[in-house]
Amino acid sequence: MNPTPSQTVGPFYGYALPFPGGGDLAAPADPAGITVHGYVHDGAGDPVPDALLEFWQADASGELRGAPGTLRRDLVDGSVIGRHGVDFTGFGRVATDADGRWTLRTVMPGNGYISVCVFARGLLHHLFTRIYFGQDPFLDTVPPQRRHTLMAVREREGVHRFDIHLQGEKETVFFDFG
Amino acid sequence: MTQPLTQADIDRELREAPAGPPSGHPDRDFAPYRSSVLRHPKQPLISVKDPDAAELSGPVFGVTDVTALDADLTRQHPGEPLGERITVQGRVLDRDGRPVRGQLVEVWQANASGRYRHQRDDHPAPLDPNFTGVGRCLTDDEGRYAFTTIKPGAYPWRNHVNAWRPAHIHFSLFGAAFTQRLVTQMYFPGDPLFPYDPILNSVTDERARQRLVAAYAHELSQPEWSLGYRWDIVLDGPAATWMEEGR
Ligand SMILES: [Fe+2]
Repeated sequence: MNPTPSQTVGPFYGYALPFPGGGDLAAPADPAGITVHGYVHDGAGDPVPDALLEFWQADASGELRGAPGTLRRDLVDGSVIGRHGVDFTGFGRVATDADGRWTLRTVMPGNGYISVCVFARGLLHHLFTRIYFGQDPFLDTVPPQRRHTLMAVREREGVHRFDIHLQGEKETVFFDFG
Repeated sequence: MTQPLTQADIDRELREAPAGPPSGHPDRDFAPYRSSVLRHPKQPLISVKDPDAAELSGPVFGVTDVTALDADLTRQHPGEPLGERITVQGRVLDRDGRPVRGQLVEVWQANASGRYRHQRDDHPAPLDPNFTGVGRCLTDDEGRYAFTTIKPGAYPWRNHVNAWRPAHIHFSLFGAAFTQRLVTQMYFPGDPLFPYDPILNSVTDERARQRLVAAYAHELSQPEWSLGYRWDIVLDGPAATWMEEGR
């Protein structure tokens, strides 16, 4: 069947799609928790304050089972009470802030990477990329001069930086899954 | 000083725009929509054909992720919102025509006056204290979804002088795989603003564009209550189940 075409997420998703705790895949007390953070930039190098990032990843053992309950709701008032932190849902959603910055608190994916889907005002069709935390055979399939755009930079124990450039000299590698 | 862009400038650009990809999706590089200029990659996408790719699976949602009231945007406040009450319903299918079951559908929209409940929407049209404009539901076993809401108004934006968006509802959809993710907009049939809008016309193929337009469905209208629209959605992209069957 012919697919329904994509359209931009636009500027006004902010009261609809992000939700409290959307970037907190790991329970706050999880000793294996890591922080991944960075900026989204446009082709002029300016920060993108109205991007929305979604994350999908394996748990620490590499299993991709996910679980419902990412945006668990209060049955009385419908508000988001969020994950209970016991099941790993594997899904995160974070809007960039006024500086174009995002932060994810999660666990190191057992299969080596976090999948990222990028939406933004001005972007007519979302983009997929991946965050790698070390060498991986997959990276050999990417042109060597662009490989580093898929690799997080370890800033200190448990804190990793990953910037996304939609365009320009530092343009991030984006994928087509066909 | 550059001259302000007029509708005539945009009309000319739309006429001259090259045809988009065969999939029917917009080309991310679509200058008539000015915000796209600095926000699309110029390097080609890298093709991934790994049957073990994480993206061939995806997040799952369940009954704890929604409440029954979430699908009725007219019942989220003490009073009734202003506007024309409508229902929008349809099925979510994968590209093999199979229903997408138990997955999250999210919608957001302007109110009947064309104003979003968003701090950065400064269109001088009234907010409606009885309308937020956000809904969500899970698809059923046949892939069906349904929302009750009010028909959103058209609204101005600053792409060019006198730019107006046709009335639309924003939709966000999940399939069985992250590769099937879709964010799009649903339009209403016969809107006179269609030819002027660079976002709708970023879909350059007429038939593909029609797939973004709901059908008025009289049998879905409820007597003395609401007007019915039907809109089916087909998600693109491979999924793990598809890979298994293909082996
Ligand atoms: Fe909109």
